[in-house]
Amino acid sequence: MAVLLIAEHNNKELRPFTLNAATAASQIDSDVHAVIIGQNSADAAKQLSELPVVKKVLSVEGAHYENFTAENFAPVIVKLAENYSHIVCSANTFGKNLMPRIAAHLDTSQVSDIIKVIAPDTFLRPIYAGNAFATIKSNDAKKCVTIRPTSFDPCESTGGSAPIEKVDPSEEFSNTKFIKREEIKSDRPELGTARIVVSGGRGMQSGDNFKLITEIADKLGAAIGASRAAVDAGYISNDHQVGQTGKVVVPDLYIAIGISGAIQHLAGMKESKVIVAINKDGEAPIFSVADYGLEADLFEAIPQFMEELNKLNTIQK
Amino acid sequence: MKILVAVKRVIDYNVQIRVKEDGTGVVTDNVKMSTNPPDDNAIEEAVKIKEAGKATEVVAITVGEQKAQETVRKALAVGADRGIHVKVDGILEPLAVSKILQKVVDKEKPDLVFMGKQAIDDDCNQTGQMLSALLNWPQATFASKIDVKDNKLEVTREIDEGLETIEINVPAIVTCDLRLNEPRYASLPNIMKAKKKPIEEIAASDLGVDVSPRLEQLKVEEPPKRKAGIKVANVAELVQKLKNEAKVI
Repeated sequence: MAVLLIAEHNNKELRPFTLNAATAASQIDSDVHAVIIGQNSADAAKQLSELPVVKKVLSVEGAHYENFTAENFAPVIVKLAENYSHIVCSANTFGKNLMPRIAAHLDTSQVSDIIKVIAPDTFLRPIYAGNAFATIKSNDAKKCVTIRPTSFDPCESTGGSAPIEKVDPSEEFSNTKFIKREEIKSDRPELGTARIVVSGGRGMQSGDNFKLITEIADKLGAAIGASRAAVDAGYISNDHQVGQTGKVVVPDLYIAIGISGAIQHLAGMKESKVIVAINKDGEAPIFSVADYGLEADLFEAIPQFMEELNKLNTIQK
Repeated sequence: MKILVAVKRVIDYNVQIRVKEDGTGVVTDNVKMSTNPPDDNAIEEAVKIKEAGKATEVVAITVGEQKAQETVRKALAVGADRGIHVKVDGILEPLAVSKILQKVVDKEKPDLVFMGKQAIDDDCNQTGQMLSALLNWPQATFASKIDVKDNKLEVTREIDEGLETIEINVPAIVTCDLRLNEPRYASLPNIMKAKKKPIEEIAASDLGVDVSPRLEQLKVEEPPKRKAGIKVANVAELVQKLKNEAKVI
C-alpha cells in the first residue's frame, strides 16, 4: 500500500518542510500520495502535483479548513487512511498538533519526530532532547509517523505532474473556533531554514544589546536565534528560541554568542554543520560542541567580529 | 468547573542522560526524578484558575509505577485538591495513557483536562491530542495563555509562525507550554498539608484498557559525538578560519 503525505501550506503555497516530509515519505515507499486540505488552495495543490516524488494528489477544500484546525483535518485523513500503510507529516507545530489525533482514531501508536527511515516499519528517533537515539519498530498495521524536517533533504520541487483528485470534505467540528494568527514578519531568512544562524544568550545582558546580534546577522544574511534564558529574560521574543522547547535548526554555520550551552539548547542546534561559540567562560558546555571556540568578552569580540567581516567583501549570500 | 491535570514522573531535566551499555535504554537507577516540567505549568494554571474563583476543584492524576505517586503528592502541595494514581508497571505508550485517561474522564467528568505539551523523556508530544481525539473534545495544544470565559476558553498557542488564538468550548483539553506561567514552589506547611489530602489508587487492569506496547524499542544508543573543535586565539583568526577552512562565510 502507498504512503499518504499530509501537505503543509498556507492556502497559497506549500510550506517548505512539506518537501522534506515528501523525501522521508518516499524513503518509506516509492508510491507516495499527498493530501492537501485547505480553502482556495488550488495553487498549492498544483505545486504539490509538481513534486516528482508525489504520484497522486488528493485535494480537499472547505471553509472550515482555512485555518488548519486539527479537529477538522483529522476526520478527512482518518477516512482516507484505509487505503494507505503509512501517514506521514512534519514534526513541526502543524504535524505535532494533528498527527496524534489521527493516530488515536486509527488506534495506532504514533512514531514521533523520526530522523531516519531504517525500514518501512523501523525508524530512528531522538529521545531525551537528543541525548539518546532510539531505534523503534512499529507493529501496528497502519503507521503514523512524523518526521524531523531538518533531518531530511527537501525533494525536487519541479518536473512532476501527478493527477489531482478532489475528495469530499468532512463535517465541521463546531467546538473549536479560530480567532487569529499573529505571524512574525521579517526580511531575514526564516530561523528553521536559514543557512547561517546567529544566536544570543543570557550573556547579552539586555534586549538592547541584542542589536549587536542583529548587526552581525544583517551582515551575514543570517537568521537570529536565542537561548531559552535570553527569551525568558525578555531580551527577545520567543519565536527566536532555539532548543528542545523552541526550534531545531541545522544551518551551515551556527554562531552562539553568550550562550552557555544548556542541554536543552544543544538539542536544538548541535547538528549544525559548523558551530562557533563566543563565551567568556572557557568551561561553558557550548565549547564541547563548537568547531571554533573563542574565549572572550562578547562586548569586545562582537565589534571586532563586525570589523573583520567588513574587511571581507565576498560574503556568500 | 472541575479541572483534571495529568502529570508524569520523568528524569529530572538537570540530569545528564546516560545510555545503558547494553543498549536497552537509559540509566534510571539512582537518578533524580521529577515532575515533567510543562506538567508543572499545567498544575500551576489549574490552581490559578481555581484561585481566581473560576474552578471548583483541581484533581491531579498520574499513570505509572508506585513511585509516580510522588508527582501527584507534589501537585497536592502546590494546590491540587485530591489525587488519582492509576497503577501500572512497564513501558506505557501515549496511546495507552490516553485510553486510561479517557476511562478516568468518563468517571470523573471534568470540564477541562490539562497536561504538559510534551514529556521530556520520550519527547512524543501525543497524549493530549490523542485523549481529545478519543473523547471527541476540542484541543488547544502548546498553550501560552488561557482566558476562562464562562463555558469557553480563549487560548493562545505557540506555533512555528508565531502565535495563534483559538476559542474552544468546554469540555476541552489543553496542553501547556513552558511559557504559560511560572510554577510556584511548595511551602513546607503546604507540603505537610498535602500529606493529608487523599490519593485514590486504581489498578489499570480494573479499567479494562489494553496497555500492551505496539512499538518495539530495538536499541537505544548514544548520539554520534561531534569531533573535538579548536579554540581560536582571537577574532581575526576566527574569521580567517570560517572563511578559508570551513568556507562558510
